[in-house]
Amino acid sequence: MSTGRTKDNDIRYDLKTIASWVPEGATVLGLGCGRGELLYHLKKKKKARCTGIDKDESRVAACIERGLTVLQGDISEEIKDYPDNAFDVVILAQTLQQIYEPAPLLRSILRVGKKCVVSFPNFSHWKVRAMLLLTGHAPVTRQLPYQWHNTPNIRVITLKDFRQYARQVGFGILKEIAINTDKKGESGQVIRFLPDFRATNGLFLIGKGK
Amino acid sequence: MSEYIQHDRQGKTVGIVEKRYFSFAHDDKPMRLESGAGLGPVTVAYETYGKLNSKKNNAVLILHALTGDSHVAGYYRKEDAKPGWWDFMVGPGKGIDTDRYFVICSNILGSCMGSTGPLSINPETGEPYGVEFPFVTIGDMVAAQKKLVEHLGVKRLHSVVGGSIGGMQAMAWGVRYPEMVNSAILLATTTKHSALSIAFNEVARQSIMADPKWNAGNYHKGKKPDIGLGLARMIGHITYLSDESMRQKFGRKLQNKTDFSFNFDADFQIESYLRYQGKKFVERFDANAFLYITKAADYFDLERQYGNGSAVNAFSRARSRFLVVSFTSDWLYPTYQSKAMVKAMKKNSLNVSFCEIEARWGHDAFLIPNERLTAVIKGFIGHVNGQNERQ
Repeated sequence: MSTGRTKDNDIRYDLKTIASWVPEGATVLGLGCGRGELLYHLKKKKKARCTGIDKDESRVAACIERGLTVLQGDISEEIKDYPDNAFDVVILAQTLQQIYEPAPLLRSILRVGKKCVVSFPNFSHWKVRAMLLLTGHAPVTRQLPYQWHNTPNIRVITLKDFRQYARQVGFGILKEIAINTDKKGESGQVIRFLPDFRATNGLFLIGKGK
Repeated sequence: MSEYIQHDRQGKTVGIVEKRYFSFAHDDKPMRLESGAGLGPVTVAYETYGKLNSKKNNAVLILHALTGDSHVAGYYRKEDAKPGWWDFMVGPGKGIDTDRYFVICSNILGSCMGSTGPLSINPETGEPYGVEFPFVTIGDMVAAQKKLVEHLGVKRLHSVVGGSIGGMQAMAWGVRYPEMVNSAILLATTTKHSALSIAFNEVARQSIMADPKWNAGNYHKGKKPDIGLGLARMIGHITYLSDESMRQKFGRKLQNKTDFSFNFDADFQIESYLRYQGKKFVERFDANAFLYITKAADYFDLERQYGNGSAVNAFSRARSRFLVVSFTSDWLYPTYQSKAMVKAMKKNSLNVSFCEIEARWGHDAFLIPNERLTAVIKGFIGHVNGQNERQ
């Protein structure tokens, strides 16, 4: 969620898909909320009551300037202060791949949220596979645009890995959508045929228990 | 008040303003203070800018810090050398926009800038109170402000805004009068002084009380304890700066000389700067008022006073939306103290935003023009809608 459009109607395709899962008037916690594109959209379009957390001062300030409630801090730490089931929906969009200890964070997310959305770039996309296989270089793609030495993405996750991880950590996958987005991320489509191979991003709605 | 404020470069200003006075607790009905003592009559010096709208829902109360006053913005006279202490933040089109909001600021109880304090005349003796003045708390200051706000016809404040000791007042407003506060902005502040903060205040107080001219608080007929008060200010001033700001501004630079003088004159620029700050301060501030206000700040303990020792309990009374801002180089009220209050607010499901602004100016950063701070305050205050702000 660190990049994306700022205009009201003009949010990234993956965020739009996540927004479609958020019920009207829901209380929402956005982790790694960036400049608040999704939260602002949810506040305006869904009358959601949103709180965001981000570690970056300028992004947090941008959120507060547009009237969002946002806390500056480390998401894994900040989430600990909320009571159980404090939010209808907790969203971790395009951030899981940057988390040092994902298991405790996912447990916290499931504790404070009644429903949780997790999305991440799919590392088993055919371009990623092809790049490593054919060029011998660490893959650099639109979704993962960094070099090995400057990437904030310290976790390599595929759709398959996440499903397996759900079983290990002990949470259920309630809904799963694989999508493919265009260059700017503005438009895209749902991938039903060979998603592990063809999707650029995976969006999962998860819940407590298996 | 502020040694930092300058004329607005673009000339945006609230213009000529006037200090006004409001009195209450006359004759037989003294104001009951938290210590149990009575005080009356009580005068509050205040200023207002902008217009109160017909719904009376656009009032913003600004709460000043230790040695501040009601003169937040604008000028008393055209020829004034400096505008009010937060002129960069308050004015037409500024962070707190006087075209939209009715801004109120009053001098705190116990001060010497127009409100009742130890320099005021004790009606019983006809002499200045001196140390006969009863102890006042942050809560007492806020209670006096509430009287003023009601007198001005305001039932609900759009926002209360304060930095440092002003932030303590804003916090106290939020938990004492939740039904009157739509939002609160707490800048560089704390729910209670750390041992470090108390220690600095104590050294400052001791330097006043060790000055023979202080004369156990009775100096009104003789010379004032200027040496002690100046020294107190020098100590305080160090705590408002930071290692980084002092290194950048002064370093080890010498004052008008190329080598050491080998005497006890001010060799270094920092020495000369602090001496100047001390000297300037005694011209405008009263030593006893300094003692009383620092003590009120040391006594302030939101947890103890409003929450039986728990910050979570204390904030359970609050209903307003909060913005908490800390500054990276503030070593008087470091960020961990702001984070602790934010944590207590979160546990109460209060609507709270928090931002730690990178600034090298130390505790005083909120008094120095800062685009980030202005933008955040402007955005926050512009989106307060006055509904119940609990999540």
